[in-house]
Amino acid sequence: MIEVLSSAALATVQDLGRTGSLRWGVGTSGAMDKLALAAGNLMLGNETNAAAIEVPVFPFKLRFGEDCAFALTGADCAARLDEQLLMPWWICQARAGQVLTLGLPQGGAQRGSRAMLCLAGGVDVPEVLGSRSTQLRGAFGGHEGRALRRGDVLRAAGAGRTCRTGFGLVPPALALPLQVDGVPAVRVLPAAEYLGFEEASRAAFWAGEWKITAQSDRYGYRLAGEALRPIAAMEMRSHGIVPGVIQVPHNGQPIIQMRDAQPSGGYPKFGTVIEADLWRLGQAPIGSRIRFVEASWDEAVAALDEVQAWLDKVRRIVDLHRSSPRRD
Amino acid sequence: MIAPLASVSLLGTTALLFEAPGELALASQQRIWSLAREAQAWPEVREAVPGMNNLMLTFMQTPRNEAALEALEARLHAAWDAAEALPLEGRVVELPVVYGGEGGPHMADVVLHTGLSVEEIVDLHSTPVYPVYALGSHPGYCYLGGMDPRIATPRRKVPVLSIPGGAVSIGGAQTGVSASAGPSGWNTIGSTSMSFFDPTQDPPAMLQPGDMIRFRVEGIVR
Repeated sequence: MIEVLSSAALATVQDLGRTGSLRWGVGTSGAMDKLALAAGNLMLGNETNAAAIEVPVFPFKLRFGEDCAFALTGADCAARLDEQLLMPWWICQARAGQVLTLGLPQGGAQRGSRAMLCLAGGVDVPEVLGSRSTQLRGAFGGHEGRALRRGDVLRAAGAGRTCRTGFGLVPPALALPLQVDGVPAVRVLPAAEYLGFEEASRAAFWAGEWKITAQSDRYGYRLAGEALRPIAAMEMRSHGIVPGVIQVPHNGQPIIQMRDAQPSGGYPKFGTVIEADLWRLGQAPIGSRIRFVEASWDEAVAALDEVQAWLDKVRRIVDLHRSSPRRD
Repeated sequence: MIAPLASVSLLGTTALLFEAPGELALASQQRIWSLAREAQAWPEVREAVPGMNNLMLTFMQTPRNEAALEALEARLHAAWDAAEALPLEGRVVELPVVYGGEGGPHMADVVLHTGLSVEEIVDLHSTPVYPVYALGSHPGYCYLGGMDPRIATPRRKVPVLSIPGGAVSIGGAQTGVSASAGPSGWNTIGSTSMSFFDPTQDPPAMLQPGDMIRFRVEGIVR
């Protein structure tokens, strides 16, 4: 058993997301940083899709009621197990009674914004419509269909399992860096209404820095920068959208749809942040700035391959650690 | 926007959006349902999701290169040209609505935009039987066809951070009822109560494309 000791809001149970229910109006949800989730799960010998706790607000504290291996990935948040400082992207063994504390993300301009706490066997919550992710809008999935709060008790499906611990990974922010002029960047494929915006706005979109405003969350990131002006007003009919779609409401300030995004929308679409780069956005802190880089289809597909290759490499590294003779 | 030709556009590497030409109309929407049914069987397609006179296809396998992408787009166009209307006739559900007041905070904006009185707006809104064209937005939410164009009102300049479940609203030429509380860019003109979604049921949504909604005026608050 694991008890949440902190009142820090907005921590949720997430897996890789809920696919196949878009036609019922159900968005995918899922981890904001899928690389952190998949890699943490691989370290534990879990399925990559096992559910974990995503923590976006710090400090966050919980107590292990039984022995349990865990992997802490995503933002480096100066974690401590009781008084012992933990390395980021590391797999550890907790003993019954120990308290895990996640502090503020560190790392200066490189810091992330969400920690992913993966547990042996995954967080044991029921699957709803094929996923354990929390559907906040629909109030189902995850832990009782809501964010965690103080006093909640969760169970790790593999708490008793013996698990090789005491090794780590180089985080993808270092292994797969992407910056433009020193600013974190994400790649974008233009979408249907791209050419409906003024040429100067299109140029400004690629050339400018975009601030992630305080009105940003798992539903979407509201950006601030030079307003994007349509050549003529566009009133769209509602249509399917996916996480990553960059909508431009009438005020010209773009909104990037994130994992809790609605599965449909009606604002003009400027472009879509490619799936392979969405984890980067998931880790971009509020108040930070990002740049956009235009991608071709083939480049976007190559980026997906690059992510898969990184995960394959993680799998091999983990296999080496798990098969090497024990030193402890 | 009324496009003269069908178009296909990208939603990143996750999905394609097919938009049918012409006005929003039941006959065209019935072809969208038919296209969805066919495309759902294609191996590249994870899910075929009808929208309003459009169809989103999410990928089971992302097309490996531009040639494969173009082939899929061509197949989609051909399937649309061949698609015949799929008439779905479901049940009619009546929803009692209180228009205006606290439950309809944007009625004034619709009055301002349309130049009509509250009574005229309520009358035009509650007269039709609205077919469910598609589900989307949030669990159980129905996009409805058949709204009188005289009460069309553009979406709000900035989305409202939360409207309650049961909110009856207008966005552009469309109307609908929210199934749960959440953000919305639409103009809320009234409220009703109805449970639209239960994740433990199969299917989880109470209404499906082809079902119909009638709004009954329970009251008008000023």
